[in-house]
Amino acid sequence: MNLDKDLVAASATPLVLAILSEGESYGYALIKRVAELSGGELQWTDGMLYPVLHRLERNGYVQSRWGRSEVGRQRKYYRLTKQGRDELARQRRQWRVVDSTLRGLWLAAGGPEPLEA
Amino acid sequence: MSQLLEERIGEWRAWLLRRAALQTRDVDELEDHLRGQVSALGQAGLDEDEAFLVAVKRLGDLDSLSREYAREYSERLWKQLVMAPRADEGSPGAGRDAAVAVGLAVAAAVAIKVPELFGRPLPGADDTYLSFYSRNLSLFVLPLLAAYFAWKRWLDATLRPWAALPFVAGALIVNLLPFAPEGYTEVLAVLHLPIALWLGVGFAYAGGAWRDHAHRMNFLRFSGEWFIYYALIAFGGGVLTAFTAFVFRAIGMDVEYLLGSWVVPCGAVGAVLIAAWLVEAKQSVIENMAPVLTRLFTPLFVLLLLSFLVTMVWTGSAIDVEREVLIGFDLLLALVLGLVLYAISARDPVAPPGAFDALQLVLVGAALIVDVLALWAIAARISSFGFSPNKVAALGENVILLVNLAGAAWLYARFLKGRAPFAALERWQTAYLPVYALWAWLVVALFPVIFGYR
Repeated sequence: MNLDKDLVAASATPLVLAILSEGESYGYALIKRVAELSGGELQWTDGMLYPVLHRLERNGYVQSRWGRSEVGRQRKYYRLTKQGRDELARQRRQWRVVDSTLRGLWLAAGGPEPLEA
Repeated sequence: MSQLLEERIGEWRAWLLRRAALQTRDVDELEDHLRGQVSALGQAGLDEDEAFLVAVKRLGDLDSLSREYAREYSERLWKQLVMAPRADEGSPGAGRDAAVAVGLAVAAAVAIKVPELFGRPLPGADDTYLSFYSRNLSLFVLPLLAAYFAWKRWLDATLRPWAALPFVAGALIVNLLPFAPEGYTEVLAVLHLPIALWLGVGFAYAGGAWRDHAHRMNFLRFSGEWFIYYALIAFGGGVLTAFTAFVFRAIGMDVEYLLGSWVVPCGAVGAVLIAAWLVEAKQSVIENMAPVLTRLFTPLFVLLLLSFLVTMVWTGSAIDVEREVLIGFDLLLALVLGLVLYAISARDPVAPPGAFDALQLVLVGAALIVDVLALWAIAARISSFGFSPNKVAALGENVILLVNLAGAAWLYARFLKGRAPFAALERWQTAYLPVYALWAWLVVALFPVIFGYR
């Protein structure tokens, strides 16, 4: 399934923050993790992740450091900051509202959810 | 990895690096990603060539990628946005840009001499029109600077009247108000009009989007760089003028009149535009100077302020508020603020807090104390001698600086403790810009009326 562009953009921040809350990570691993979690349904254009990460860093939600990969390549690692945790909690509340509102609507519309049909 | 793949990655890197929005470190990061993807695809059975192509494709097309980076890093782009395209892409616009800048510089040089046609000679030998020229000085050149940016940024036709408004208003105010000869309110208007108009230039600089944080930050950067260029040109011009006078005197000719009434005034106004054009066009040349200058002068100013405070406590003498002293303190504090702004605009916003940021906090803190002391002295003087335009202006400026410095100190402290991102400091400073404009206009337009033009 191809998600709407706007939806992909909107969900990028909470996804990245949530994955980083599991521990330090880097770009390629983040993308792999997203693909894994969504069962391949959520496909990002890989390059777009990096400007998102940089914006999060500028806003103080994540911190980065340059390290080495297993094969000794330069690699930039990101981890969540205290503010990032707060932001994640905030995002979570917001998404819960959206989610529960939509769920109510789907139920009111009746019938099983189209996905489960 | 094969030689071929390395070559391909090398070409790909070079291609990415040509994009202004991407810097080496970003490309390093993307390269790590690319290599990770290539080896994963290789394990899945693709040959190297295919894996490379798929991996590059998955990164997204370059135009939208660099657009995303550009959105995130407008400070990298502020120089490229409008500057002449790099040579390898051909540069049809560069020559025209230079021609427009030089043309406007000549126009400014002509403008400053026009009043002479109407019997108002430049001050020097004859100071009859000193007050006319000092009131109008910024009006001879800053409208042209605004016009330059309006042209460069393709300012929307509907916005042009707004860009012109400050200059028309300024010209009407300083020329129509009945200032008392050599009165305080006139001197204040002369000092504040350039500030008000400079921020008016900011409107055209931002292409009308003056509310935008990134544009304001870019305008601050521009102002700092412009100042460096102007100072360099002024220094060079001064040396040149001195030598011209010297060599002609050696052969018994006095060219002082020519220099004083033509070369210096025309050069001084023309250089405003040339400096602006240089900032726009040659930004990367001087880019590294701003951080160097802040690093050089921040410690020196910290030393100055701290030694002043220590001496004051040691000797127990309070600030003696004479008029000149008041203005001096205002200038000192404004200079410190300029230095802070400079440091903020030159800093990489995502670098972690360091010793230099702590030094900045000390600078801001020391300036804050000096500001409070100056405020105290002004308030004391007002309570014993009553209000005067000068004291009210000094009071207002000190309060404005006090609020700004207090906010900056608070945000620096939070940033150093890792509680706030550096971007918060940038935003504080850009959000504060309208306050200066408002105050400057207040002093120019309302002070004369309130204080009866004296």
